[in-house]
Amino acid sequence: MSAGASAVAEADNSAGLRRDQLRERLALFGLCSPALLIVLVILVIPVGWLFYLSFLGADGSFSLENYARMVQRKSYLRIFETTFVVSIATTAICILIGYPFAYFLSQLPRRAANLCLITVLLPFWTSLLVRTYAWLVLLQKRGLINEWAIDLGLWEEPLKFVHNMTGTLIGMVHIMLPFLVLPLYSSMSAIDRNLMKAAANLGASPSRAFWTTFFPLSLPGLFAGSLIVFVLCLGFFVTPAVLGGGRVIMVSMKIASNIELFVNWGAASALGVVLLAMTAAILWLAARFLKLEQLGGGH
Amino acid sequence: MSEPNSDALPISIRGVTKTYAGVHALDAVDLEVRSGEFLTLLGPSGSGKTTLLMVLAGFTRPDRGSLRFGEHEMIRTPPHQRDLGMVFQSYALFPHMSVADNVAYPLKIRGLPKAQMAERVDAALETVQLGGYGERRISQLSGGQRQRVALARAIVFEPRILLMDEPLSALDKKLRDRMQIELRHLHDKLGMTTVYVTHDQREALTMSDRIAVIDHGRLMQLGTPEEIYDRPANRFVADFIGESAFLPASLSDGRLHCAGQPLATRDAPPDAERLLVMLRPERLQLLGDGAAEDAQINRFPAEVEDLVYQGDSFLLYARLDDGTSLALRDVVRRDTLGGLPRVGERITLGLHAGDTVVVADDGASA
Repeated sequence: MSAGASAVAEADNSAGLRRDQLRERLALFGLCSPALLIVLVILVIPVGWLFYLSFLGADGSFSLENYARMVQRKSYLRIFETTFVVSIATTAICILIGYPFAYFLSQLPRRAANLCLITVLLPFWTSLLVRTYAWLVLLQKRGLINEWAIDLGLWEEPLKFVHNMTGTLIGMVHIMLPFLVLPLYSSMSAIDRNLMKAAANLGASPSRAFWTTFFPLSLPGLFAGSLIVFVLCLGFFVTPAVLGGGRVIMVSMKIASNIELFVNWGAASALGVVLLAMTAAILWLAARFLKLEQLGGGH
Repeated sequence: MSEPNSDALPISIRGVTKTYAGVHALDAVDLEVRSGEFLTLLGPSGSGKTTLLMVLAGFTRPDRGSLRFGEHEMIRTPPHQRDLGMVFQSYALFPHMSVADNVAYPLKIRGLPKAQMAERVDAALETVQLGGYGERRISQLSGGQRQRVALARAIVFEPRILLMDEPLSALDKKLRDRMQIELRHLHDKLGMTTVYVTHDQREALTMSDRIAVIDHGRLMQLGTPEEIYDRPANRFVADFIGESAFLPASLSDGRLHCAGQPLATRDAPPDAERLLVMLRPERLQLLGDGAAEDAQINRFPAEVEDLVYQGDSFLLYARLDDGTSLALRDVVRRDTLGGLPRVGERITLGLHAGDTVVVADDGASA
């Protein structure tokens, strides 16, 4: 090779640079392949299997009977209704309790806010089963709350807090609250504190300043938190099972009984598929709404 | 709006004190802002200038003191009832609203009819040269444009007092220089009483009718830019505004002496125990070897330490015989560059009596 040709090759290097870029991309893909594999093995394959099972009739041939049953039987409709009522009520109560709390946190100095966040996180780190049974101990007929209230003369007969909707909601709200507060707090603490001052300076009363500046800007966080809570509630099992005492039957519990009592995998799978489809539909709607929100919010 | 605003309000601050954890952020500040003037609060960071502005706006509650806008005591009035415009350092524009909605916000609060509102918003945007930007989103604007929107929002409801908290600090130098002139013109046109906070002395000198120099929560000096620069009340002000070297001076038999020589000065020295001569780089001159003795020119023999070329000017750093370092600045021109000494050379620096200012040494330096 002549000296001149080698100089040109050195100056160009395009083939080598392209190869380097390709190699980098392959390396990145290699890094996420374990995660992809896990998703495939524990999510895609089992869900696919459930999907397949849900279309098998009692005799093992293809049939839509599992889905037909859901529409025909009143009890199934009631279960879906209960599931939605519990999920919506839990989300609503979480917002009522969580929004003011997250707002309070976001206005504290950072160190104090972190300390208060621990009070949110501490129960979060405790086993769900333990917390649910703890509520049972507190709320039952001869539980701490009834005993103390009667001793103090607040009410005379023990009130029924558990084995009904009340107990289920108390337990679910307690468990779901951190899922609302954490995203809400993080979005609130990103809001420039000067905005409320600016609004006040321009003549807005404190409540007007809040509703016109802080609140609209906190909506994406509120939305994200509510969505997490709502979707988690849809598939919740332990808390309604323990605190509902069989009176609050949600989809997840029906799935469990279908398998444990009736060993009817087809029926259980169909319920699972419908729950999954509804959750996906809600997420899709929410994503569209959030995008609209961002277009309008431009934050 | 071209007439000076007869509605402008004077501000009277009396004995305003604010302590944080035992430290005085504001220490019994008295300050009278005249109706329609452009007054700048100037001081280093942590001096209390921003705290004072926040007291004016109502966002900081002082421990004691009085604040009057015109005849009205305002110290306990909540911020939203003070009716003053404010430009925040971070602009604090509402990111979820368009430019026009941001500017319309104070008008909406005041319940203005829609048609009138649109008219005022357009006029305000026109004033800050953002006509036609109403539909833009805040996120689509550059820093300079955001600054203008913040300004439009602060003046659209024609407040009688305008507060500005380092509004230009986020802009690049060229834009800042232009906005300084624009803000000043805008003030002259609208005529509202303006209180402006900055730590940039050049900005303060460029824009203000009067400057209040603040340090450690106390008012160090209040005066026109010329007074602040040329007749500093003490060493802190002399040091903080402009560059300056200081030499101790002493008074004996009614005559001033500095470095063993008699010192000619413009004014009588202040009545203080310890005195300092203020040596500003641009007031010093290089005396040639043949320069005749002149009683009006104070002479300082020195040795050249360094020469720095800065395009429009050069700086000559020199060391006096007592070890004091000082600088001389001159414009770069054929005749000034011609006879420059080399590093290490002995020179004589001259300071005309008319430029020789003696200040009291209060021990504080900026």
